[in-house]
This record gives sequence, C-alpha cells and structure tokens, in this order.
Amino acid sequence: MAPFAAVTFANASGSHAAARAARRAVEEARELVASLLGAAPSEVVFTSGGTESDNLAVLGTLAERARHGTPLAIACSSIQHAAVLEPARAASRGLAQVHGIGALRVDEVAVSTAGVIDLDALEDALGDDTALVSVMHANNEVGTLQPLAEVARRVRARAPRAALHTDAVQAAKYIDLATTTAGFDLVSISAHKLGGPKGAGALVVRAPSLLAPLQHGGGQEHERRSGTHDVAGIVGLATALAVAAKTAGDERVRVAELRDRLADGLLAAVPGTVESAPRDEVLPSHCHLRFAGVDQEELLVLLDRGGVYASAGSSCASGALEPSHVLLAMGVAPAEARTAVRFSLGYTTVPGEIDLAVRVVADAVGALRG
Amino acid sequence: MKVLVAMSGGVDSSVAAARLVADGHEVVGATLKLWGGSSDSGCCSVADVDDARRAAQQLAIAHYVFDMTEAFDDSVVGPYVAAHAAARTPNPCIECNRHIKFDRLLDRAVRLGFDALATGHHARVLRGAGGRPHQLRRGADPDKDQSYVLSMLGQRQLARVVLPIGGMTKAAVRAEAAALGLRTASKPDSQDVCFIRSDEGRARFLGGRLALHRASVVDSTSGDDLGSVEALELVTVGQRRGFAPGPDGRRRYVASVDPVARRVMVGTAEQVATLAVELDPGSLSWTDAPLRDGAPVIAQLSAHGRPATATFWWGDGRPRVHFGTPTRPVAPGQTVALYDASDPDSVLGSGIAA
Repeated sequence: MAPFAAVTFANASGSHAAARAARRAVEEARELVASLLGAAPSEVVFTSGGTESDNLAVLGTLAERARHGTPLAIACSSIQHAAVLEPARAASRGLAQVHGIGALRVDEVAVSTAGVIDLDALEDALGDDTALVSVMHANNEVGTLQPLAEVARRVRARAPRAALHTDAVQAAKYIDLATTTAGFDLVSISAHKLGGPKGAGALVVRAPSLLAPLQHGGGQEHERRSGTHDVAGIVGLATALAVAAKTAGDERVRVAELRDRLADGLLAAVPGTVESAPRDEVLPSHCHLRFAGVDQEELLVLLDRGGVYASAGSSCASGALEPSHVLLAMGVAPAEARTAVRFSLGYTTVPGEIDLAVRVVADAVGALRG
Repeated sequence: MKVLVAMSGGVDSSVAAARLVADGHEVVGATLKLWGGSSDSGCCSVADVDDARRAAQQLAIAHYVFDMTEAFDDSVVGPYVAAHAAARTPNPCIECNRHIKFDRLLDRAVRLGFDALATGHHARVLRGAGGRPHQLRRGADPDKDQSYVLSMLGQRQLARVVLPIGGMTKAAVRAEAAALGLRTASKPDSQDVCFIRSDEGRARFLGGRLALHRASVVDSTSGDDLGSVEALELVTVGQRRGFAPGPDGRRRYVASVDPVARRVMVGTAEQVATLAVELDPGSLSWTDAPLRDGAPVIAQLSAHGRPATATFWWGDGRPRVHFGTPTRPVAPGQTVALYDASDPDSVLGSGIAA
C-alpha cells in the first residue's frame, strides 16, 4: 500500500493516467476482497472501517425500507458492537429521520451465559415488520462465535423479507467468510483487525436494492458510499485479507495454542480466575478472564506499567471504562464485570510474551489483593 | 518518588504535574470521570479529560482515566440532593475531596504502588520532620487559597499528599503553563458545582431530583408575614438575594429555614447575626490532634469567606465555635474550617454546622 500512500496522489475518480492507476489499484483490491469474501466485485463497498460498515448496514437498510412506508423493526443480539447497537438505538429515538427512518422497534435478543445468541428468543423477536437482523460473527470482547447458519435458517423461515447482516470484523482473521457468511446479505469487515491499516473497511452488499446511501456526494461505490477513495487503505485492506486467508489455517492452531498457554497459565498462577466463555466456542485470539476481587482499572494500570497491553470492556468518549454490556448480557453481575480483562493475541504474539504476561499479571493481581 | 497526579484538565493540575516532572519524580496522571450526567466543565466533561490527556502527552507521562461515577453519585451527588431536601447547605467540593480524591483515589494510588498523590489545589503541606506532624497551610495566593476545601484532611492523608503549586500565585501558574505550551494555560477557572451545568442551574438540577416546596417568609422579630418563596430547599441561612426589604426599608437576611412548617424566618443584619455556631460532633476532623477546650482559633465559613477570630469549645458533646464579634449566621451543612490563631495560615481542622 505504501506506493499509494506516498507516490500515487491521484484521485481514483479522475480521468488522467495517474487517476487510472489509482482506480486500477482500487478495482484490483475490490476483486481480491470479493473473491476472498465469496462475493461479486460489484457487491463490495469500501468504507472507513467497521463502524462505518455497520452504520451503513443498519441505517442504510432501514432508510431503504422506510421508503415503502411500513413500520420497521430490527432484531440484533444484545452483545453486538456499539457500531450496530447505537445506530439502531439512535434511530429508534427518532435521530435518523434525516434518512427517512421514522418509528422503529429494536429487539436486543438475549444471549446465553456463554455469550451465544438465544435462537428461540431471536425467532420470537421476528415478525413481518422485521427489516434487518444483525448478528455478529464473533463477539469482539469475549470472542464467542455465533451460530450464523442456524440464525440464517431461522430468519429466512420466519422473516423472509428481513435483510441479514453480520459484523465479521473480529472473525475475518481466522475464518473463511466466503463459507460462513454465504447466507448473509450484508457483511462488515475492517482492515486493522487483519493487521492492515486503521481507517479502512468494507461492507458486502449482496443486492443493489438493499440499502440507501447515508453519505451523499460524488456517488462513488455505485452511489452507495460517496467520498474520495482511500486508495492506500483499500490496497492495505485487500492485502491484509489475502495474507489472513493464506495463513488462517496455521494461525488458528498456533494462536489457539498460545491462548491456551496464557489462559491455563493464569488459571494455575492466579487463584480466583474465571474464563468468561468456554474456550471451544471462542476465537483463538481471545482470552477473556475475570480475577475475583480485582478492579480492572487498577489491574490495567499495573499491566501497562509491566509492559502488558490489555483491555477491558469498551471505553466511553472520555476514555473511562464502562461495565461491559457484553458481560452484563451474559448474566455477569456488574461488580464482577469490573474484574474482567481481555487479552488479545495475534500474528505477532510469540511464546515468550505469553510467559512474561503470566508473570506480570500474577504479580499485579497479587499486589492489588495485598 | 512515584507520584500519581490527579489531573482535572485545568491549568492548576497541569502545572502541578509539570512541576513534579521537572523535579525529577516518576509521575503518572489520572483523570477522574465523576459524573455520568451532562456537565459543561469542572471535573467531568470529555473536553476536560482531553485537556488533561493532552497535558500528560506534552509532559510525556502516562495518563489514565478512572471511572468513579458510582462513588461520586453515592457520596457527593446523593448527599447534596438529600441535604437540600432537609434545608441544609452542603459543600459538594469538600465531600468530593473527603470521599473521592483523598480517600478512594488516594487508596488506589497506594495500591498501585505510588508514594504520593498530588493535586493542583492552592494550599501547602509542610512536611513534619523528626516525628512532628505534617501541616496543612493556606496557599500562597490569597485570592485562590483552597485550604478551606481541604480542611478535613488528617495526618493519614497529609502524609501522602503533595500540592506542588501551593506556593505559587495563580498568575505564576498560568505563566508557567503558557511557557510550557500547555493548552490549559488560558482556560477559565472552574466555577460553582461541577455536576450542575451553568445553563441548567441549581434550581432545575434539584427540581428534577426532589420535590420543591413553597414556604412562607416571616419576620423573625415582628412575626409579620412577608410573602413567600417558591422553593425552601433552595434557601440558605444567611442569604439576602431574593428577599425584599422589610416594611422599614432595611434589607432582610435568612435567619433560619423550617422545612417541616415550610417557613423561612428573616431579619435585619443585626437581628440574624450570631455569636456562635454548633458543629455536628461526628463531622469534626483534625489535621493533627483535637483542639483543647477554649482554644483560640480563626474560623472560615466558606471557600473564600473572611476569616473571623473565634474560640473552640467542646461543650459537653455539642461542640461550638464562638465568634469574637457578631457574624452572619452559618447555614446548617456548611463547613467551618478552623485555623491556628497564633499561626493563621495553619489549618487545624474542620466541622460541619449542625
């Protein structure tokens, strides 16, 4: 992607040679992304990342459906990323009227204590008015994989008019989306979760009639997403996705082994440690633990100072931690949710780091427990 | 020394952090998220956190945001509303210092391995050498002195509290911030209660949280009915604003508020003036040791109130401060800070008016 960041300054929508070179890079990237996601090139819409892809999927679909004047409903799992939950909630509060979205019912469907969507509850939430069902591929915090095939089967049977969206941002690194998301109308991915640049993503849109644009302007991306192409970001996204596809098989095994080493190491070294979700149901990259009696804010400070960069829940605008809505939805009490820390592993993680992390975490928890 | 500095996003705490860095300490910044509601300034808004974070970046120190909204709600906002409901006049800044900054945050600093907690308050801590107690003293800038809102600190806290800018004037603080290129250099001083938006105001904030009651206004000497006020919960003993002069044309001040009878008693300045205030015995705290009976003190009744000579009496479980000359009445709930009569910058302790 570097040449497109540093050398090829041209706008991919222009008509001169430099613009054509940029446009060619965008279209090659589009074909690559499409083939890896099991989509046609015309179905790939480049965006600025996962949040924009999710917003476009949710609000774009609702805006399109709203044109027909029927009452709208959306069903999503209660552990969706804020990039899905918040646009849905905002629209239900009447904040998306500029896109023509009026009254909207939002059903946030319960999940099990393992963090897996309750399929019966999902079915109960579906109706003739259901415009969109959004169920993430794998949860971003605890990493639990969702039963996408069963979700698709039930939604098609119960609400055939509903569009199906999955936020596959977390899963894309390890899972062949061409297979798992084939039954979905809309699929979100983000480059930075693949080792690519921050600020680039894509939304697969299976049919042109699925959504109305939220952003108006030059009509790029077949009128679905106006705005000058971020050529370097798009090339970075495609390259990262291609590398992920090539390495996913080996990485799934390698990273899972490291994650097991970390989780088992901490379970052995730190009494009162609980895994938030069963390991065989989560992505290899996720290790989500709760340390009884330890405040996550304090633990993160000590981990940071010990060179272990972990996270907890999600941050609000100020940067303060909020109790994880995912853990709360999984039935974890708020006080216990504040003892949770998420460790993320990836292509750069090596065994020595795992052993260091176990030592630093054990020491930090020991210090905080006094 | 490893120091955790509480950074509000204001100029004082930014410079406090800068001074500690310049002195060679290992410094880490922390900003508290205290209020979940909407707020325009003070310790609470996202913009303030951004300012604190930017100052930390410029000083090349780590910075964390700690969410203490629940504790703040429980020990500051809740009691603030409850006090107004009981026709008392609370001081939320003092309660925040007592329960949040110099309790929860201080404890957290210790747990995280810090030797000290620093803040940007305009006051000074004089380290006690050779087993002598640590002293809390007024800040060097008389207009900005904040020793009043720290007057409930004891030795446990003072041993670990560092106030790096207490020896500076506000002008010097701003000049130093400007010299360091900090964004906060020309930021206005925070005003009023941090969790109440200035465009909302106290009446609307409280009105949304408790029932406000109309009360009759009665002249304390003649018993004459002087009309009514809309909300007795918003009336403070000693208040003049909002009360019309009496039939004699002289200004009226609030002498007392009776929430049960829903009556506000008013009188002239001389009539409402008082020679003593009783303190809630459970609220007394001492920077070092309890005062002896009859100790001469200097009393300060509000954050920037005029110091008054007085005497402290234990009074058989009903401790009192007797003033040398008649003074405006002290509203129940207000903090009375006590300073040493022979060393008027030195804080001895404080209590809350019963």
